[in-house]
Amino acid sequence: MSERPSFLLDGVEVPFEPGQTVMQAALAADRYIPHLCYHPEFTPHGSCKVCTAKVNGRLMATCTTPAESATEVESNTEELNELRRTLVQMLFAEGNHFCPSCEKSGNCGLQALGYDLGVMTAGFRHLFPDRPVDASHPQILLDFNRCILCELCVRAAREVDGKHVFSLAGRGLDKHLIVNAESGRLVDTDVAVTDKAVEVCPVGVIIRKRVGFATPLGERRYDGTPISAQALADAPRPLERHHD
Amino acid sequence: MDAMTDAIPDLEARVRRVVSRWGHDATSLVQVLREVQEDCGQLPPQAFGLIARYLRIPYSRVRGVASFYSFLAVEPRGEYRVLFSDNITDRMAGSERLMEAMCHRLWVEPGKVSEDGLVSVGRTSCTGMCDQGPALLANGRAVPALDEARIGQLCELILARTPLAEWPAELFAVQDNVRRADILLGHGLAPGDAIRAALQRGSRGWSEHAANERSWREAYVGAAQGPIATLEEIKRSNLRGRGGAGFTTGIKWEACRHATGLARYVVCNADEGEPGTFKDRVLLASHADLVFDGMTVAAYAIGAGQGFLYLRGEYRHLLEHLEAVLERRRAANLLGNGICGQAGFDFDIRIHVGAGSYVCGEESALIESLEGKRGVPRNRPPYPVTNGYRQQPTIVNNVETLCAAALIAVHGGDWYRALGTLKSSGSKILSVAGDVARPGLYEYPFGVTVRQVLEDCGAMATQAVQISGPSGMCIDATEFDRRIAFEDLPTAGAFTVFDASRDMFEVARNYAHFFAHESCGFCTPCRVGTSMLVSAMDKIHAGNGTQHELREMNRLNRVLLMSAHCGLGHTACNPILDTLKRFRPAYERKLRSLDFTPAFDLDGALDRARQMTGRDDAAAHLESQP
Repeated sequence: MSERPSFLLDGVEVPFEPGQTVMQAALAADRYIPHLCYHPEFTPHGSCKVCTAKVNGRLMATCTTPAESATEVESNTEELNELRRTLVQMLFAEGNHFCPSCEKSGNCGLQALGYDLGVMTAGFRHLFPDRPVDASHPQILLDFNRCILCELCVRAAREVDGKHVFSLAGRGLDKHLIVNAESGRLVDTDVAVTDKAVEVCPVGVIIRKRVGFATPLGERRYDGTPISAQALADAPRPLERHHD
Repeated sequence: MDAMTDAIPDLEARVRRVVSRWGHDATSLVQVLREVQEDCGQLPPQAFGLIARYLRIPYSRVRGVASFYSFLAVEPRGEYRVLFSDNITDRMAGSERLMEAMCHRLWVEPGKVSEDGLVSVGRTSCTGMCDQGPALLANGRAVPALDEARIGQLCELILARTPLAEWPAELFAVQDNVRRADILLGHGLAPGDAIRAALQRGSRGWSEHAANERSWREAYVGAAQGPIATLEEIKRSNLRGRGGAGFTTGIKWEACRHATGLARYVVCNADEGEPGTFKDRVLLASHADLVFDGMTVAAYAIGAGQGFLYLRGEYRHLLEHLEAVLERRRAANLLGNGICGQAGFDFDIRIHVGAGSYVCGEESALIESLEGKRGVPRNRPPYPVTNGYRQQPTIVNNVETLCAAALIAVHGGDWYRALGTLKSSGSKILSVAGDVARPGLYEYPFGVTVRQVLEDCGAMATQAVQISGPSGMCIDATEFDRRIAFEDLPTAGAFTVFDASRDMFEVARNYAHFFAHESCGFCTPCRVGTSMLVSAMDKIHAGNGTQHELREMNRLNRVLLMSAHCGLGHTACNPILDTLKRFRPAYERKLRSLDFTPAFDLDGALDRARQMTGRDDAAAHLESQP
């Protein structure tokens, strides 16, 4: 058997297949790097920057950086976790996130990441943007107040559902999600409630109507398991499975 | 809405005309949007659907792209859209006062459309007229040298609804202001000289044989001599990119030449967006043949068949001139098939006009824009030399770099290298503006001291110089013996001078607003961080700043440096950090002594109520705060 190429992640050897990114290889090897806009099923695009780590001393988004042999990746350091906390705080300050009244609470990636990284305060002045909701669709609600612009819905619709439902418009702080309809309303798109794009939203933007509290608070996705463990449980693994 | 549809009854035909002029090609989306807007005077809501249909792309992509570029008006902006250039030099020359006068005369609030839908007045990033500011754009056309008389004249024309085409030509007259010429600005070459010189290098009695072969580059060993010899001269010259990063041009060209692909592309980056720089404007206005010679030499060296000039939207006024030069060159066999009689040497150039986005000056964002997308920088690697335009090998070079390459093709690499310093060969054109007697272009061999430049341009009592614009660095009087060179003060060319009367805090605040306005919004740190920098600076400006703001800006800087996606975010803090380091009192005298003061101002919050009720008496105010 030929030796598989590998790199070091926080001192531990991580094997990889050629073509894998640092993030993909790490997750497959049961090693967690915090992330938000990365999702194993879609093309990585590296916008949230939460997965930033030092690759041979250079700061890179690990979700888009190809894994290379004999590189050293530092991820779980106080410096980088402090950066991640700040990025999460920025996202909280940018949108309108009211966890206690949000039906995504407990299932929310942003909230869970905040808890896991130990974000204790907002850290910045809230920007309180004005973002109207779109309740036009009979089965799906869009609450843009909670959007973190991760583009997972854009990618899921395009890559899995084979549709154009969501796009980004504007730039800078005015960047926002739009839907593919001249009316600007979700009901006029070809979205279906069964679409991957509807399921994938890590925060509470894309919400299925009438099932809101089907799972009670306290029994939700991240209520028992922190996001770091959950991400590893969800990670795609090679068939040979790890041996420990 | 309906009124607007009525205003453009043949909208569908107009859209169809533009789309077919661009070959129904979705990569031309930015150009299509820009031309439809020019043709109709606006982008009516119905246009997006029509463009989507004719280009066969999703409606949301058209909206998404259009709303990325600030010159494309996705919301109605009036029959006349006036945008004041908002560089610090415009402000120093009184642009704020003039804008206020215009708004008053036209009865319109800044940033809003007048009630009759006639006009809107707003601000835009530096339009590259710093040597003859203040300046504005009227429906995309540059009007420099503003004063009260000109503002009055513009208001009359707008109120009389005079079409822009009938406005007096002198309003649009732009001066070159070349104050010091060296090898580049005084090149004395005729169109095509550089191309003929490059071809000559390969000839030595061989090149005529390449004629009937499949490809002049690949088919015949002898035919590759010219390109390789030219490439060698570029490498020998040690020419480095003039856009700011200073990458070695010869290495870039060679990597592209060696990359495999279906086609290669030469892109001239004329998206001169760095506030304070305007050299490319002059090169394109008065030395366009040299620019195109440089592009053609580059095409010859790397084996490219297609070139693009990406012209910033602010320089829209140069488009007809540049198209005419290209036409003349085609007629003279300096473009097209078999250039200068060299069979198989086929190359042509197309011009894409930008639409108001600084980040498109970043090469991969520029390529995205060329492909009709939002100008978001790509993830690198891979780099454009292997995966550029349409994922093919592409070189992106600055206007001045390509001009220098043309000179090297004629005079050789050793000649070029003889000028300048060890690591910075040749000359550099500086765009000098601000508090100087003679603003304009100054070309020097690399290695010139800041002091020399200040002396030549007639600067008095200089407090600071911003080298290379807000993304560069700010130096104070103790550093004027430093030299313009990659070894010391690297620069893309901006050289903005501030005398002792200027408030350096306000300079930094202007630059902070610039970065927030131009952030593409792709990555979290830059999208949110640049806006937070603005709010911290505005809070200090409003007199509510404390040490807390200074600490917060330091923290934001660390985040931007560590994790921003591209150079815009990495450099967005530079103006604040540089001025904080050198001109700290300018900040501190604005700070309150308290450790923290909320930005919320109770009395200020009543402003809106006062406006609505038309009251401003003492009883409509809270007692002044302790």
